[in-house]
Amino acid sequence: MTTATASATEAKRVEVSDLDIYYGSFHAVKSVTMTIQPNKVTAIIGSSGCGKSTFLRSLNRMHELVEGARVEGSVILDGQDIYAADVDSVMVRRQVGMVFQNPNPFPTMSIGDNVAAGLRLNSRKAKKDELDEIVERSLRGANLWEEVKERLDRPGSSLSGGQQQRLCIARAIAVQPEVLLMDEPCSALDPVATLAIEDLIGDLKNNYTIVIVTHNMQQAARASDFTAFFNLENSGDPGQLVELDRTDTIFSNPENKATEDYVSGRFG
Amino acid sequence: MSTTTDTTAAVSHPRGRQRLGDRIFSGGATAAGITILVLLAGVATFLLIEAWPAITAPAEDIPGGEGLFRFILPLAFATVVSALIGLVVAVPFAIAIALFITHYAPRRLAQSMGYLIDLLAAVPSIVYGLWGVSVLAPASLGVLQWLEGNVGFLPFFEGPVSSTGRTMLVAGVVLAVMILPIITAITREVFLQTPKAHKEAAYALGATRWEMIRMAVLPFGRSAMISGSMLGLGRALGETMAVTIILSASGASIFNLGLISSASNPTIAANIALDFPELSGISVNALIASGLVLFAITLAVNMAARVVINRRREFTGAA
Repeated sequence: MTTATASATEAKRVEVSDLDIYYGSFHAVKSVTMTIQPNKVTAIIGSSGCGKSTFLRSLNRMHELVEGARVEGSVILDGQDIYAADVDSVMVRRQVGMVFQNPNPFPTMSIGDNVAAGLRLNSRKAKKDELDEIVERSLRGANLWEEVKERLDRPGSSLSGGQQQRLCIARAIAVQPEVLLMDEPCSALDPVATLAIEDLIGDLKNNYTIVIVTHNMQQAARASDFTAFFNLENSGDPGQLVELDRTDTIFSNPENKATEDYVSGRFG
Repeated sequence: MSTTTDTTAAVSHPRGRQRLGDRIFSGGATAAGITILVLLAGVATFLLIEAWPAITAPAEDIPGGEGLFRFILPLAFATVVSALIGLVVAVPFAIAIALFITHYAPRRLAQSMGYLIDLLAAVPSIVYGLWGVSVLAPASLGVLQWLEGNVGFLPFFEGPVSSTGRTMLVAGVVLAVMILPIITAITREVFLQTPKAHKEAAYALGATRWEMIRMAVLPFGRSAMISGSMLGLGRALGETMAVTIILSASGASIFNLGLISSASNPTIAANIALDFPELSGISVNALIASGLVLFAITLAVNMAARVVINRRREFTGAA
């Protein structure tokens, strides 16, 4: 794993076109068209309620867990529209993993079992020694192996918040998804743990396409290659993609006035 | 308004004089807690004192003439067997119903099903007993005969089959129906409280709904499933009327394993209800001694459940 760059694999591109997301009659996100580059980190920034989390969840159909949710438009992953009629949301989520705002390891499982949880699902039974190998590789990939290798049978909840979040990342990458979604993964963590996760994100993009929602603009500036700014015109309106560009461009020379106001702290 | 006044009062009396409301509430709660302990101790003492003459009496004075141990053992055995049958039948059903209500049924159907299950709990046990005798027992004859014919080599299903169907197996099934609602209600409540974060974690790994239930809902509800089952078992152990009606025709005081023959023993509670009005003297003390055994069994069951729940406490996230 020391030569992470050498073992890098080509991840998948995600192409979103004319995506509208509704919860019942509420129009949450309006006509988003953007391309998410493979093996890059794309940050999504914007004020609360602008639909960035909803948009993120639409990339692996997690938003469908809310009753009445539906989308129009298409999200094409590796040439396949994930909203096509014959595509099962379960299969989509096996290709597009997710890490949440609050670390959520399964409390009844040990550290090792947490990492192996996705591998034990029905359609991909793995052998015991194979499983041990994947657990170690995933924990190394999440920069957690050295800290937990002596206590893989301890409960996941015995770890600190930052370690738990890295455990969740290890669990997500254990099933080798193409894309990794992160919904404010550091907002419940202290600055040191946050930095550890940001370093990890830099390593992970060698193998995965990463989309991260963040409220922290320094984080977007530090950790991402591209930045998408979401905004809504008035409260109650659907959120929209205002601008997507290279992160340094967004933070130094954005095209849109609203983007400039937001990244420089003059918004509202 | 009162909150503001209270706050100022607290500030001006930094020693923290207790407020009246707090005192009443904590006093009331403590009193209620102590009352439970006193009641429990009282029941135990009563049973011990009343059972003592039978414990110390010579063997030939006890009904059956072979001593207290020989008198109680078949009853205790029948009690545990009937309750276990009830539990084994009820728990899978109850958990399946709770899962259906919480995770599969459309919301409106789930709600009315919940009410229906709660209603089941409100049916008096004598009604279940009557139903067992007049409907389930005759209807079970075919099944009982099939059991004798096909698995009759097992001691549980040895013939001859009861001609009325009033057997241990039928009593156990009636008990299962009776304890079903309580187990369902408890597990349903806890399944509903499964943290969204754990469910999302499972779904995000590509779990199907059933896999999500296995990864997130069932582990979270584990202690509720155990404690619900134990509550159900407690009710089944102590259930009197339904079992009395179904097994009253028998009363053989031999120790037997037969679940489908008519020579089943009554349970402890049923036996007390049947014999208490007719007995006097030392026989009454013997009945009370059997009650003491029932009390001890129930206590042991509950403590065992505690141990099981606590054993993996650090893995529940509560630690």
